[in-house]
Amino acid sequence: MIVAAAKPWEEIMASLHGMHKVLVVGCGGCVAVCLAGGEKEAGIMASTLRMQRKLQGEPVETEEITLTRQCDPEYVRELGKKLEGVDGILSLACGVGVQVIAEHYPNIWVAPALNTKFAGATLEHGSWEERCGLCGDCVLGQTGGICPIIRCAKSLLNGPCGGSQDGKCEVKPNECAWNLIYERMGRLGRLNQLLEVAEAKDWSQGRDGGPRRVVREDVKLDD
Amino acid sequence: MTEPSSKLQSLLDSGQFVVTCEIGPPKNASGTGITQHAAQLKAYAAAMNLTDNQTAIVRLSSIAAGVHVLAGGGEPIIQMTCRDRNRIALQSDLLGAYSLGLRNLLCLSGDHQAFGNHPAAKNVFDLDSIQLIKTVKDMRDSKVFHCGEKIKQDEPQFYIGAVANPFADPFEYRVHRLEKKIRAGAQFIQTQCIFDMQRFETFMDLARKRGLPERTHILAGVMPIKSAKVAKYMQKNVSGMLVPQAVIERLEQAEDQAQEGVKICIEQIRHLKTIPGIHGVHIMAVAWEEIVPSIVTGAGLMPRL
Repeated sequence: MIVAAAKPWEEIMASLHGMHKVLVVGCGGCVAVCLAGGEKEAGIMASTLRMQRKLQGEPVETEEITLTRQCDPEYVRELGKKLEGVDGILSLACGVGVQVIAEHYPNIWVAPALNTKFAGATLEHGSWEERCGLCGDCVLGQTGGICPIIRCAKSLLNGPCGGSQDGKCEVKPNECAWNLIYERMGRLGRLNQLLEVAEAKDWSQGRDGGPRRVVREDVKLDD
Repeated sequence: MTEPSSKLQSLLDSGQFVVTCEIGPPKNASGTGITQHAAQLKAYAAAMNLTDNQTAIVRLSSIAAGVHVLAGGGEPIIQMTCRDRNRIALQSDLLGAYSLGLRNLLCLSGDHQAFGNHPAAKNVFDLDSIQLIKTVKDMRDSKVFHCGEKIKQDEPQFYIGAVANPFADPFEYRVHRLEKKIRAGAQFIQTQCIFDMQRFETFMDLARKRGLPERTHILAGVMPIKSAKVAKYMQKNVSGMLVPQAVIERLEQAEDQAQEGVKICIEQIRHLKTIPGIHGVHIMAVAWEEIVPSIVTGAGLMPRL
């Protein structure tokens, strides 16, 4: 999932400065799962906003809605009916959701309530860690299912650097990804694979060329 | 094309026990100190490493520092890390360095920027150290850039080095990684500072079993430690460096800790000379370059050729 976390409160307040009516929009997707931007968090965000502004002598009216997903125009269109008299939207989605709202409502201000952190997994309740670098050209098939692109602090492709000790990365408190890969490949009897020199990565599949796009003609709907 | 003229390569290929040392470029725009160190050390060391923004702290560039070493009459080994440059900049700097008369290159991943004075910097790591080694070799032997495009003339003909850290983990993989570097094209290897001699000997046993010393020249890394305090700091804070408690205790009990550090270093060199497959020593006297002559002399390695 996309993991996100709330922005500092001061930053959120500043982004809504001078507004009298704000629509607080939660998202029922990834950010709800990672307890940052679902219905409950949207409710807390709205009431905190009202209280803070009241204390400042600048009361604000809020509306709340939580969409099934903010990254999907189908759901974002639902906002239309809530926008009457609204000066701005506070989105509790990841950066994708904020942008889909901006694209669909060109004449209204939208501000993010969250910082979008990474594509990650739940370690335990309340704890998440990055697992995918979204590089566009997956190497997990060569590294035993452990990603060196994002889990190694140097994105090395040919084994651990000289800073790996006792299973830990020199950049604390991370685990050394290559130590994990080495142990797993050993268990699976595939250490020889790690002797091959891995070629440099084709980063043109990564983020370097502007927004990437996936188009599936086979699933497109005829209008 | 000028003929490749690495003095370091000639010495190692001739089978001599070689001494290299290290000069840390300054955090300013003056090359005077580097030139002076080079002039002072050239009689004692076959070649001198110029670090590339070591520990991710901004310093005078290793390539420029190499030119200052040439001015002092020394033989430079340019360190090049993958942290700050993509494949375009790396290759461009290789061409530039060679055009300036630099002949020896040491390829490294590079210390992570989190340890330096610009922890908010974005790192690059477009290539890793092994891919960099292969790139330099392909430029020299196949006359091609990384993308496959032909270098029509005046290709850089570097003598290629790499590092090995027998003290990092996983231990057995360190020998595999060394082999990978040799496969990629590393002709000489400088190791991380050795304090845990037993572990280093085990590493060399494994390396000899795989026939690695016959395929590359291994220079054992040593470092004179100035005080017990420095030793403790390295033991606690530097990942991939093992400083045994006995070394710290010996320094603590010494009347003159710096002198004891030099003594330990000399003993280590004398011992390393006896290990089969070791072709020389690399003395890393960080911010203590002027001590190198005493160490080389004390270890009975003078006169040098």
